[in-house]
Amino acid sequence: MGARLTAALLAGRAAAALSRRLGRGGGTVIAGHIVPRLDPRALRQIAARLPLGCVLISGTNGKTTTARMLAHILAGAGLTSLHNRAGANLLSGLVASVVEQTTLAGTPRADIGVFEVDEATLPAALEALSARAIVLTNIFRDQLDRYGEVAYVAALWRQAVQRLPQEVELVLNADDPQVAALGLERQATTFFGIADRAHGQASLPHAADVRLCPSCGAELAYEWAYYGHLGHYRCPACAFARPSPHLAAIACSPQGDKGSAVRVRTPTADLRLQLPLPGLYNVYNALAASACALRLGVEPAVVVRQLESFHAAFGRLERILVEERQLFLALVKNPVGCTEVLKTVLADGEPKNVAIMINDLFADGTDVSWLWDADFELLAGRVRFVIASGLRAGDMAVRLKYALVAPERIVVEPDPRLALEAALQRTEPGETIYLLPTYTAMLEVRELLQRQGYVSGFWED
Amino acid sequence: MADRQNGATAGERKLAILHLYPSLMNVYGDRGNVFSLVRRCQWRGIEVEVLEAGLGDRLDPRAFDLAFFGGGQDHEQSAVGDDLVRLKAEPLREAVEAGAALLSICGGYQLLGRFFRTRTGEEIPGIGLFDAWTVAGQRRHIGNVVLRSSLGGEERTLVGFENHSGKTYLGPGCQPLGRVVVGAGNNGEDGAEGGVYRNAFGCYLHGPLLPKNPWFADHLIRCALQRRYGPEASLPALDDRLEELAHAAIAQRAQKLRHQRSGAW
Ligand SMILES: [Zn+2]
Repeated sequence: MGARLTAALLAGRAAAALSRRLGRGGGTVIAGHIVPRLDPRALRQIAARLPLGCVLISGTNGKTTTARMLAHILAGAGLTSLHNRAGANLLSGLVASVVEQTTLAGTPRADIGVFEVDEATLPAALEALSARAIVLTNIFRDQLDRYGEVAYVAALWRQAVQRLPQEVELVLNADDPQVAALGLERQATTFFGIADRAHGQASLPHAADVRLCPSCGAELAYEWAYYGHLGHYRCPACAFARPSPHLAAIACSPQGDKGSAVRVRTPTADLRLQLPLPGLYNVYNALAASACALRLGVEPAVVVRQLESFHAAFGRLERILVEERQLFLALVKNPVGCTEVLKTVLADGEPKNVAIMINDLFADGTDVSWLWDADFELLAGRVRFVIASGLRAGDMAVRLKYALVAPERIVVEPDPRLALEAALQRTEPGETIYLLPTYTAMLEVRELLQRQGYVSGFWED
Repeated sequence: MADRQNGATAGERKLAILHLYPSLMNVYGDRGNVFSLVRRCQWRGIEVEVLEAGLGDRLDPRAFDLAFFGGGQDHEQSAVGDDLVRLKAEPLREAVEAGAALLSICGGYQLLGRFFRTRTGEEIPGIGLFDAWTVAGQRRHIGNVVLRSSLGGEERTLVGFENHSGKTYLGPGCQPLGRVVVGAGNNGEDGAEGGVYRNAFGCYLHGPLLPKNPWFADHLIRCALQRRYGPEASLPALDDRLEELAHAAIAQRAQKLRHQRSGAW
């Protein structure tokens, strides 16, 4: 069996190297297509050799950041993670990352696997790997052109979880009814959630995707909603209710776009944490990663220290200095996530310089209707300018107009390079440009900045 | 409703828009259509009131001039279907017969037809406002759509995005909204898209249909004004350069993607 695996790994490695030499970039997943063809059991075999097994992380929003946070916490505990790159979260991407970090004999150069997995790929990933723990963050409407509906993803997950052995640990968001429902009948479940009513509102906002009880179908009653359908809920018709979380953020104090101070109650201690990423959504990510790390036996002090030294992946929430201007980059990809990014950008109340780049390629989602579910109304009266860019610049500009952003402040510039130039021109030295791209637009921006020497080629870490 | 005849001068005009099941039938940015109607009235000094009707609410057919009914997820749609047949069918029909405008999309469009036949052959009744019926299909039609429509006498384009597996067929009592240039349309077979009965429209162009097709938004507003203020009611033009730019770019992009698809895939 060893020879077959080695031959497959060799072929995959060679193809990846060739593809890189041809300039296809570091993100290639070519090995992920070749290796399983030569040895279908490669992924399972290699993963089985990870001394501490593997953890899968999935959810509409936050899976990339949560996976990277967890890997960073584990690194602080002296453990090396086998980790897939941001976005390479289909089965082929998992295999490609594994191939890269495995010796030709098939021994992984890591202690534990930490895999970010696409929502619809989760069942297949669970088949291919025996995970010891699964972290599920949330289910929002995302790329409906690909997955159909929120209920479809929820049903996929339900079936996948039902097939899991009882000892597989679930780490679940208690505040998302569809996610929480997955753990109610399992022993090994850790719930996390937010319990600070200084944020959110007493009723569900318009962009809530889940209103009905996952157990009986009645309309859920919300006592509190943080954003989207995340909050404190119970079913008036049956016994279903938000489980009390083992890890709860009991105080979150936002500090502009720099981050938040968070107090987390755990069964053993209260943790005080300066989270260097802004937004309530990053509090959820930090809770998910902490909950999983604590279950894996990492010391609370290590969790805190590592979260405080965490840096987001390129484009996920990053500041880059370009010609004496700060470029603040934050990926947008679906309504709830986008609204939370807008709130973060606008947190200090000062008028902002903004550029939004919307593409409609497969990796972005080909349907841009979601722009109308995100609250761009927040920008009205609070921007110096907004540049609408990308393949769907026109849709974006119209969205801004109907959000009552003054038409003279809306600039339409489909070409990302010209849009970036226009933004720099309109921004004084020392000021910040808030750049909100979809996934492929973010890749374009990265390439532009890389060519001009503002970011290095080793952005992927 | 005596005051209806009075406020006929510009500046004092009012319209009431009814949003049906806004919390349950709201996938794919459907609320963009309501934004479009509201803003385009306000920009012309027409006062707008948006009424919402959810499960269990009764309708007064005289209380609204224009109704909007969006698409939903399957789960939500069946709850809405029951309620629609029980509580809303009569008043909606009465309002449409009296000239009210109505726009329905995806699930809303299907529920306003005569029935939906599921894969197992079960027929879920609609309210039959449109002489149309829908049959569950095998494949899902997803992608950009461009239509030619001669609504109002002039041939014009509508752009949008479709995502449906139901196949809708029209009977003689219902005219198509347009013919597809790009996309599948009602059923992927006969080239028709959407349905029209009086001032009621149904279509598969989900999400923000009206913002990027301002002429269609204005057609609905004009119908609503005429219902309230009589056939002379006029609608001043707006500066639609941004909308027209977007419309043209989307039509172009849809054509381009279609060619790519037929070529490379
Ligand atoms: Zn229930």
